[in-house]
Formats: sequence, C-alpha cells, structure tokens
Amino acid sequence: MRNVWIIASREFRQYFISPIAYALATMLYLILGGIFFINVYFGLETGQITPDGRIVIGAMVTILLFATPAITMRLLADEYRMGTMELLLTAPVRDWELVVGKWLGAFGFMSVVLAVTWVYPLILHRMTSPGIDQGTLVAAYVGLLLMVAAMLAIGVFISALFRSPVAAFFVSLGVMLALWIVGSLASSSGTMGQLAGYLSFVDHYYNNFYLGVLDLGDAVYFLSLTALALFLGAQVVEARRWR
Amino acid sequence: MIEVEGLTKFYGAFPAIQELSFNARPGEIVGFLGPNGAGKTTTMRILAGYMPPTSGTARVAGFDVVDQSLEVRRRVGYLPETVPLYPEMSVFEYLTFMGSLRRVPELEDRVDEVLEQVAMLERSESYIGNLSKGLRQRVGLAQALLHKPEVLILDEPTIGLDPAQIIEVRRIIQELGRERTVLLSTHILPEAQQICGRVLIINRGKIVAEDSPGNLQAQLAGAERLVVAAGASCEQLLQLLGGLPGISSVRAGSRDGEVEVATVPGKDLRPLLARTIVEAGVDLMELRTSGLSLEEIFLQLTREENDEQAGG
Repeated sequence: MRNVWIIASREFRQYFISPIAYALATMLYLILGGIFFINVYFGLETGQITPDGRIVIGAMVTILLFATPAITMRLLADEYRMGTMELLLTAPVRDWELVVGKWLGAFGFMSVVLAVTWVYPLILHRMTSPGIDQGTLVAAYVGLLLMVAAMLAIGVFISALFRSPVAAFFVSLGVMLALWIVGSLASSSGTMGQLAGYLSFVDHYYNNFYLGVLDLGDAVYFLSLTALALFLGAQVVEARRWR
Repeated sequence: MIEVEGLTKFYGAFPAIQELSFNARPGEIVGFLGPNGAGKTTTMRILAGYMPPTSGTARVAGFDVVDQSLEVRRRVGYLPETVPLYPEMSVFEYLTFMGSLRRVPELEDRVDEVLEQVAMLERSESYIGNLSKGLRQRVGLAQALLHKPEVLILDEPTIGLDPAQIIEVRRIIQELGRERTVLLSTHILPEAQQICGRVLIINRGKIVAEDSPGNLQAQLAGAERLVVAAGASCEQLLQLLGGLPGISSVRAGSRDGEVEVATVPGKDLRPLLARTIVEAGVDLMELRTSGLSLEEIFLQLTREENDEQAGG
C-alpha cells in the first residue's frame, strides 16, 4: 500500500509542474467563470437569481468528459514511451500498486480542481436569500467525485494499452462519450433499453445525485466501474510484460 | 548469485535467446559480449524481473525470477540500456523517488552517498532534462546502486560516455565488483578484457564461448604466434626459419621482410629465432608475440556461428 501512496504523491506533484494541468484548469475555470457571470448578470437584470447551487455543474460535467482523458492519457503511455516503465517494473512494486497509484494521483489532482469550483455556489449563497439548498449541492458533488473516479480509472486502463498518449486520449474520449450517449438508448423499451440505462453515466448521475438523491446503487455503479477499470489496467500491465 | 538454466525467450516466433545456461558467483564481474541483437538485453531484462522467460529458469540471489519476482527485484540493481529517467525531475527528486519505492533507510543521506560515488553531488539539484548523456548515465548508475543490491545488472554501462567518463565508470564498476555480483553487457571488447573476470560470448541467442578473457585468448589462439621482421626478403627468412625445431609453420607476413611463425604451444622460441637470424648475418629488426586479440576471437566465433547457420 505504501507504494501506491509513493506513486500517487509523485504523480500528484507532477501535475503541478506540467503545462497540461494548468492549461486544463485555466480553460475549465474560464468557461465556468463565464457561465457563472452570465447567469448572475442576467439574473440581476431581471432581479431574479435562481438560487441553484448546481449553477456550473452541468457545464462542468461536459468539460470533464474531455478533460479527464487529457489528464490520464500520459499516465502509463508515457512511461512506456520513455522507457521508464522498465524502471518501475523492475522496482519491487506490484503491477496493481502502480496502476492504482497512478489513478490515485490523478484523482487527487482532479479533487483539488473540483474543490475550487465550490466558490461559485458559495458566492451564490451569499447573494440570495434564503440561500441555496446545501443538501442537493453536497449530493451533486459527491456524485461528481464518484463519476470522475470512474472516468479517471477508465483513462488509466486505456493509457496502459498504448505507447502514444494521443492515442490513449482519443480512445478514452471515445469510451467516455459512448458511456454518455448510451443513455439516450435507455428510453427504448426491452432489455436493450434496460442495459443501456444501467451502463449510462447520465442515468446514474443526472437522475439521482444531481437531484440530491444519494442512492447506494448509483454509488456501487461508479465504484465497481472504477474497480473494474483499475483491475483491467493492472492486467494489461502484467500482460505487456509477456510480449 | 545468478543461476541460469535453459533460459529461452521467444518474441512471437523469433527466438531472442535459446537454452542459455550460466552462473555468476558473488564478487565476480561477468561480461556479456555479443553483437547487437544477440539477446543480451533480453537476458538482462529477464534477470531483472522485467519480463518472464518463455521457458527455462533463472535464479538471482537464490530467488526465482518468475515465482519470487519481488524478492529478486529487491536485491537487484538494474541499469537499462536506454537509461530511462524522468527529465522533469531533479536528480535528487528522482533518486529519492526510486529510493522510497525500494524502502532505502535514511534515504537522503544515502542519496548523497551514491551521488558522491558517481561524482555528481554538485549536480544534485539539476533537472535531469538539462544533463548531458554522460551525466544521465551516472544518474542511472546511482539509481542502480541506491539500495546496495547484491546483484548489479548493467546494460551497456559505458555507451555514450567520453573517454574520461568511461574510465571513471569502469573504476566504479570494478570497485563494486569486489563484493557484489556484476553482470554487464558490452560490445566494446577491450572493456570486457579489462574489467571482467569472466566473459560470456553470445551470438544469435546462444552462448558460443565462456571463460576468462585470458583463457579465451589462449584457447582460441591455440599455438603461440610470433612475428619476425628482419633485413632480408621473405623467401630468405622462410628458408632460414623453416627447418628449426619447435616451429609448426612459417608464412609471409603483411609486408616484405616480415614473417609469421606459428610455434608449438608451451615453448618460448624467441631466443632461438633471434640467435638463428643474427648468426646467419641478417639484421633482426623486430621480434614479438602476437596472440589473437579478444576482438579477433569474437569475430571468429560469431562468424563461424553465422556460417553454420547459413549452411544449415
């Protein structure tokens, strides 16, 4: 377990010196800031600000679909490309410790990025009376963290498959969009619809967490998706030793 | 320390190494010599626990590289051929990271110690991306030494270094080789000759010769060879020396007035040759022994092997 922590903390610190992370955070905060400003500005014009704490979450989820593959693309692909994988795999570190460590580092970084966006609801809370519904907000953020955990795990898994970070980015993006879009099939009837509904990010997030409902089933969905992706990632690292 | 038995590795249908067997004792520096693509790196990767073999067994420090991979990896210091480093980290950060994965006690002091050993202490805060090839090589070596491994596996440790650095790295390796087992690969023959106690010559995934550099030379040269240069024509010399006892053959050398004399092993014929030439009234210009250099042995062995392959 200590190895997981050592790898995670190196990865976490790495994000703060890598341009990708800063570019991503800047873009995210600019867009969210713009959306927040427009909402509040027009709200003031009409004299009516909707006291909804989730003001930026909808936009944020969409951005995260693209941002998480960018965050995870180089995690393992770059190690393969630079040859440093040889170093890590000949150190006394288990394959799963490496994969989980990488994921945890990315998750730590994204948690910091997401924590900062909490300022928007805070400002909104001060501007409105009786303020925003804190419970709904907390549920929405808990769900968001769970969803990000799953997205990052998928990204880590796919990063293990490639030597090129760019390839890992596009494939991860494809998988996330698929898990996103599959929700639209959920409205169709029959087992296909049910299955699509079960697989969909949208169904598990917007239909529950976003509405302030903390449902165990949805938490299990995201957690088991995370665990499955990390397990597959470790299997891929193991399998690549054999080639 | 290292026991390899019937080690075989296939990449797809291509056999990178076949039925490799050898041993290395503690306090021994074993050189792995072979042309590019002979299977040196593959063997070292297997021994370092990076990849499993297709068949055969390898034990390092008493542990199996497949079944007890973690135990092996704890005891091996490995410098890969490509010297993989993180360019965006400082030397100190990098070594601290690798050392913490290896649970090195009193890590910061130890990092300073190995940096001292590879003469890099003053560059400890430099970013690896800004270092020259030679300095990176030393950082890689420092990384391999960090946890005081019982076995050191160094893949082409002196490649890309300037002559002064090569001498320095060789000195470090020789020093380390006193207590530890060192397996190093190289295709620089004088290097193997100079620092290795034993040389394994590998070609097309098979060991074609194994002995101390000195013995290899003696064994392959067979008989001693002497080169004689004198103030006479080749024909005269051939006539003069041809009938002497203890000489198996005489042939013309590379230039006029020079002959190569093959002698019966175990007998020094230089005094006899000198006397014979001088007594015949001919000026003796040069008289020297010429054993096959390791370089010639190497070429001979790898060529024979290749010819066999082509023929069969």
